Amino acid sequence: MAHRTYIRVTEDPTIECVRLRYMVIPKEPVQVHRGFTDFADIIKSLSGLDVNLCFQCAKCASGCPVSYTMDYTPTQLVHAIQLGLTDLVLNSKTIWLCASCQTCTTRCPQDVDLAGVMDAVRSIAQRKKIKAKIPEVPAFYRSSLINISLFGRMYELGLILMLKLLTRSFTKDIGLGLRMLRKGKLNIFPSFRGALATRRIFSQVKAVEKK
Amino acid sequence: MRYAYYPGCSLHTTAKEYDHSLHAVCNRLGIELAEIKNWFCCGSTPAHCVSVTGLLSAALSLGNLAIMRESGFQEVIVPCPSCFSRFKSALYNVAKEPRLREEIKKVIKDGWYSSIKVYHPLQIFSEESQLAKISSLVKRELAGLKVVCYYGCLLTRPPKVAQFDICEYPESMERILRALGVATLDWSYKTDCCGASFALTRTDIVLKLSHDILEGAKSVGADMIVVACPLCQINLDIRQEEIERTYGTDYKLPILYFTQLMGISFGLSPRELLLGKHFVDATRKLEEVSRHA
Repeated sequence: MAHRTYIRVTEDPTIECVRLRYMVIPKEPVQVHRGFTDFADIIKSLSGLDVNLCFQCAKCASGCPVSYTMDYTPTQLVHAIQLGLTDLVLNSKTIWLCASCQTCTTRCPQDVDLAGVMDAVRSIAQRKKIKAKIPEVPAFYRSSLINISLFGRMYELGLILMLKLLTRSFTKDIGLGLRMLRKGKLNIFPSFRGALATRRIFSQVKAVEKK
Repeated sequence: MRYAYYPGCSLHTTAKEYDHSLHAVCNRLGIELAEIKNWFCCGSTPAHCVSVTGLLSAALSLGNLAIMRESGFQEVIVPCPSCFSRFKSALYNVAKEPRLREEIKKVIKDGWYSSIKVYHPLQIFSEESQLAKISSLVKRELAGLKVVCYYGCLLTRPPKVAQFDICEYPESMERILRALGVATLDWSYKTDCCGASFALTRTDIVLKLSHDILEGAKSVGADMIVVACPLCQINLDIRQEEIERTYGTDYKLPILYFTQLMGISFGLSPRELLLGKHFVDATRKLEEVSRHA
């Protein structure tokens, strides 16, 4: 049963939106831009996932292991998508703090693949080149993907060094890293096996996605 | 029985002990694992997190399955839950979404990958016939040992994709360990998240979530946590000291792979099973409880 929430589109930035039960709108006045209520449709057309099926039971928020540190709970984030609050969603910490543990997806009574929605929203944020609220996380994704496409298999030491460069966190976990090296838990040199295959896949995927 | 074997990146680096012990155990059980030489990374979390259509993630996973299919295999064993989950999701999404199916054809030419069956070793070992075999191979009794089994997030979730055991309270690892004569305890954190890849970015999250898991294991009186995931193992093991420092607690809980515990029962030496790679020592506890049968 698809249920769709519409809110009034206004040009006047001083009009405060009505507070609803699972309100996601901050106290200060929020301007809802014309044309933004189709955010849910954009997500659906890109990923095939329908957030408008959500009836706000909050099961996802209660099961989420990282909701304690999010600025909006997963339930609130879905509500914000339904309302078309694009800026709020794309600038939230929540999208970068999702651990992709799939608990929400598993438990949703409406079968909304919320972990998949998070993937979609994250990639929209990256395409729009929006500065992430938790910059370390996209830096980690970026360095991992570069790593995989270069070496074919994950080269952990290279990943750690690249992440340190990107996030300027040079001293973090040094002791732990050295202990791991001593225990032989990190390979010093990368393996280039499979590198040709991953490079081909990365470039072909890029070509297909561009179309 | 002969299966294609996809170790995944972790089992060649941070989780060599999982790789070694799995091979040793399979050897005893008469299961042959054939590693296909030119496998590559399944894309793991980063590939699906930043791809809106899921094409990159699906292509990396299905590309690997295509290699195995080319080598003549129909069934593949995947010990890393993250890889397992990526393979299962890719197969599920391609079957479900016509658009993805069309797009993937442009990247992966061989279309036969869809017939391949993906298994986690827990699924193979917990079959009735294997359980009987496992019981018969026990050389060293671990009767005094009390453990909790920890599956992590991705092995069972989401159930329609993973099709692995009971989603919220799986029991396959328990069945295997009980066949060894090890006491398994009920607890509440079997499929809770350890913080996964936040280890490198938001370590505070990993410390909190892993602390909850360690606390849960301690409160039911477990001697060690038995795991099936390289990332869970590393978060719970190498960060344990840091967790103890941060939360003012004292656990010293060894984190073992289920294959290592099986190996110990089968009479393999700690050296063969690379027990020395763990940060929290398990050998002392094992010496205390074990008796040679």
